[in-house]
Amino acid sequence: MSSQLELRSVSLGYRERTVVSALDLTLERGDIGCLLGPSGCGKTTVLRAIAGFEPLLAGEIQLAGHCVSRVGHTLPPEARRIGMVFQDYALFPHLRVGGNVGFGLHRLSDSERARRVAFWLEVVGLAGMEAAWPHELSGGQQQRVALARALAPEPELLLLDEPFSNLDPELRDSLAREVADLLRERGATALLVTHDQGEAFAMADHIGILEAGRLQQWAPPYDIYHWPANPFVAGFIGEGVMVDAHMLAQGDVQMPFGRVAAGSMPAPDDHPRPPAGPVQVLLRPDDVIHDDDSPHTARVLRKAFRGAQILYTLELDGGVQALALVPSHHDHAIGSRIGIRIAADHVVAFAAAPP
Amino acid sequence: MPGIAEPQPGALLTPDVSRGASGERRQGLWQVLALFIAALVVAPLVVLLTRIGDADPELLQHLQDHVLPQVTGNTVLLLTLVVVGTGALGTGLAWLVSRYRFPGRDLFSWALLLPMALPAYVLAFVAVGLLDFAGPLQTALRGVLGADVRLPPVRSTAGAALVLTLCLYPYVYLLCRNAFDGQGQRAMEAARSLGLTRRQAFWRVALPMSRPWLAAGLLLVVMETLADFGTVSVFNVDTFTTAIYKSWFGLFSLGTAAQLASLLLLIGFVIAVTEHRLRDRAGYWSSGRSRASEGERLSGLRAGLASGACLSVLLPAFVVPLAQLLAWAWPSSAGIDTTSLQAALRTLGLGTAAAVLVVGTALLLAYARRESPGRVTRLATRVATLGYAIPGAVLAVGVFVALGLADRLLPAITGIDWRIGGTLVAILFAYVARFLAVGSGPVEAGMSRIGHSLDDAARSLGANSRRRLLRVHLPLLAPSLLTAAALVLVDVMKEMPITLMTRPFGWDTLAVRIFELTSEGQWEAAALPSLALVATGLLPLILLDRQTRAAMPTPAREPAVKAIAT
Repeated sequence: MSSQLELRSVSLGYRERTVVSALDLTLERGDIGCLLGPSGCGKTTVLRAIAGFEPLLAGEIQLAGHCVSRVGHTLPPEARRIGMVFQDYALFPHLRVGGNVGFGLHRLSDSERARRVAFWLEVVGLAGMEAAWPHELSGGQQQRVALARALAPEPELLLLDEPFSNLDPELRDSLAREVADLLRERGATALLVTHDQGEAFAMADHIGILEAGRLQQWAPPYDIYHWPANPFVAGFIGEGVMVDAHMLAQGDVQMPFGRVAAGSMPAPDDHPRPPAGPVQVLLRPDDVIHDDDSPHTARVLRKAFRGAQILYTLELDGGVQALALVPSHHDHAIGSRIGIRIAADHVVAFAAAPP
Repeated sequence: MPGIAEPQPGALLTPDVSRGASGERRQGLWQVLALFIAALVVAPLVVLLTRIGDADPELLQHLQDHVLPQVTGNTVLLLTLVVVGTGALGTGLAWLVSRYRFPGRDLFSWALLLPMALPAYVLAFVAVGLLDFAGPLQTALRGVLGADVRLPPVRSTAGAALVLTLCLYPYVYLLCRNAFDGQGQRAMEAARSLGLTRRQAFWRVALPMSRPWLAAGLLLVVMETLADFGTVSVFNVDTFTTAIYKSWFGLFSLGTAAQLASLLLLIGFVIAVTEHRLRDRAGYWSSGRSRASEGERLSGLRAGLASGACLSVLLPAFVVPLAQLLAWAWPSSAGIDTTSLQAALRTLGLGTAAAVLVVGTALLLAYARRESPGRVTRLATRVATLGYAIPGAVLAVGVFVALGLADRLLPAITGIDWRIGGTLVAILFAYVARFLAVGSGPVEAGMSRIGHSLDDAARSLGANSRRRLLRVHLPLLAPSLLTAAALVLVDVMKEMPITLMTRPFGWDTLAVRIFELTSEGQWEAAALPSLALVATGLLPLILLDRQTRAAMPTPAREPAVKAIAT
């Protein structure tokens, strides 16, 4: 069986300016994918191309086994059976909630349409709100209406463009989880665009990191965090620092503060260990573990209290700065030295860029 | 590792001939349409400008010696008086209403706009009728004080300036009130906290902050004063507009009229450019939404003075003239003559036809700007809506000359004998050129509310272009289209110089009836058609009032429409 969505070396742009180049991406039926990247990276352009709003410069897009976009041919959006949730929701201000949700069901009879509208409103937790006007709803409710409207025609693929960015941070997290559950329950295939990592981690089966028009990595959230494909992904996702080090022949790494074993965990296939020589090693806050018994110590430069934990900025031997996330009852003063240990179960190293 | 290969410059420049070809062709078509409309509207003005050079030297001498000095002097004096008058009245009343609470303040807040419903030429003849030597006021004064009592002559430049001031101050008042309200209390509080008295804060903070609005309001006043024809003809003050009319219909010299018109046109261009710049700049001055001022509560004498000030403007500008019109019209209302009835029907018909044409054209322009948002289309729209700065008398001459040219050229080219000059087509064309800006404003505003994401949403829900137009665009645009149509309808019904000069022979409208009756001093007979115009003139005020209310900060009226540009 073919994938629900497949992008093959897709390039996009306007006139002479290429925004996205040679992008490959596959989404299986029932999966939730997420394109994550800084603003201006082209992620919304990709979404609009999948929806049929942007023609391709090169490549091909397949939806449920059919080619919907290729050079010189763009199936119009209205013929694609895609649903889209917009950043500003784009609810029709002249239609009530019922009219909005039923907009895509115009081929059905009135009674059948009303039944479906009621059903989808119940699914998104707005049962009985048919007669309300969009402007009478809160942002979160408008979001739900937009979702119901996009899902009602039962599209092959749901596209969400920064769907939670206009909401309060607290509401954003809870709604993101709720929407993810709902989509999984209904077996919907969805692609989300966001610049919020929390949102991406909360919702997606696969995350794609887009930067400067290129897909840097397309992998499950765990791999994105722990096995970043390149220094950009490593820096963009999560917290951490890159430390100049030296890869030794047998696989251990010589760090400025000491030698670290390469680790027991095997690297994924797409992460070949860099050859011996100068490398950069990613140190996540969870790689630097506070241990009073450790012979190694580091000096506390800064601390940020985060409730359950404290994020320490430490200066290790050799002048290296690193972050450490420590349970907050380990409260140390700035300037004091604390014992640390480098978690050695996996080391993420990149060949150092030639000077 | 897919995706992290070095960027390949070759791939970035993949040639693609077919990409978006249909989209770009459609954009091109819209651009051509916008340019065509602009060319059509601007044609009469261009034809007029070409007439500057080829003047009869004898006529030119006559113009320079006898007409221009007097006309220029009158116009400059009139402009100065009206600008000073409307500036003082407009800002003063706006400040009073915006910053203080006093008895009747809420009523005055919108009632002070009522004089807009009164065409200036109606107030003019009411003033002359009331204050002239034979009028009731002077007769009464003579009765009390003796036969030698004289008021200064009403039919003077000062009299015309007073009437225009009372009619036009609402422009300044409205814009300044919006500016003062928009500033909120914050700026004034900041000024007071820095040690300024209330009076100092007005002169050094509030007034400078509202400068763009004040300037925009005064510019509208200048435009209207330059364009005024009816008032100055009632007062027998010769300005450019009346000189154009007299040269054409008195001396039967279209050449002289065109000469004068092209001069006035140049002034109009300067004003239009200035106005656009001011409007662009005004955007930088608005500092977002801030807390509206509650206003200081006045009491006792000061409250009485505030109410009295508002009343002392509203009485002569609206209440007294309206009462006088009613008094004049009452006896004659029993027998409405068929001429007036016919004129009323014609006015309504003409206004409706013009409104439909203007709104249709404005809609096309708005779609052109939406579908092809480039510099060319923007420029075309600006040029097409230039007519509002061009006095009606000028446009009338321009349209007449341009259509005369077309009537000579077109039959020769097409082989069909047709004439547009002197038909209803000519007058409607002139109306569209003059009032396209009036209709374009609301239509553009309505269009800007339909974010592109609404279109995208409709498409993603399977709606084709027809369904998008019928189910999304038209329902959303309908209120704006109606507003635009109403505004144009009212403006056309009140319009005097274009109607007078380009109407088909004997085709009288209400405004023309009023002009003819008042030029013979028949105030009573002119009262009823005037009342009809005042009644229709109230319509845009009601719309304006509703608009201001709708613009009040209501939470989340529409989801913020952000451009989709990640």
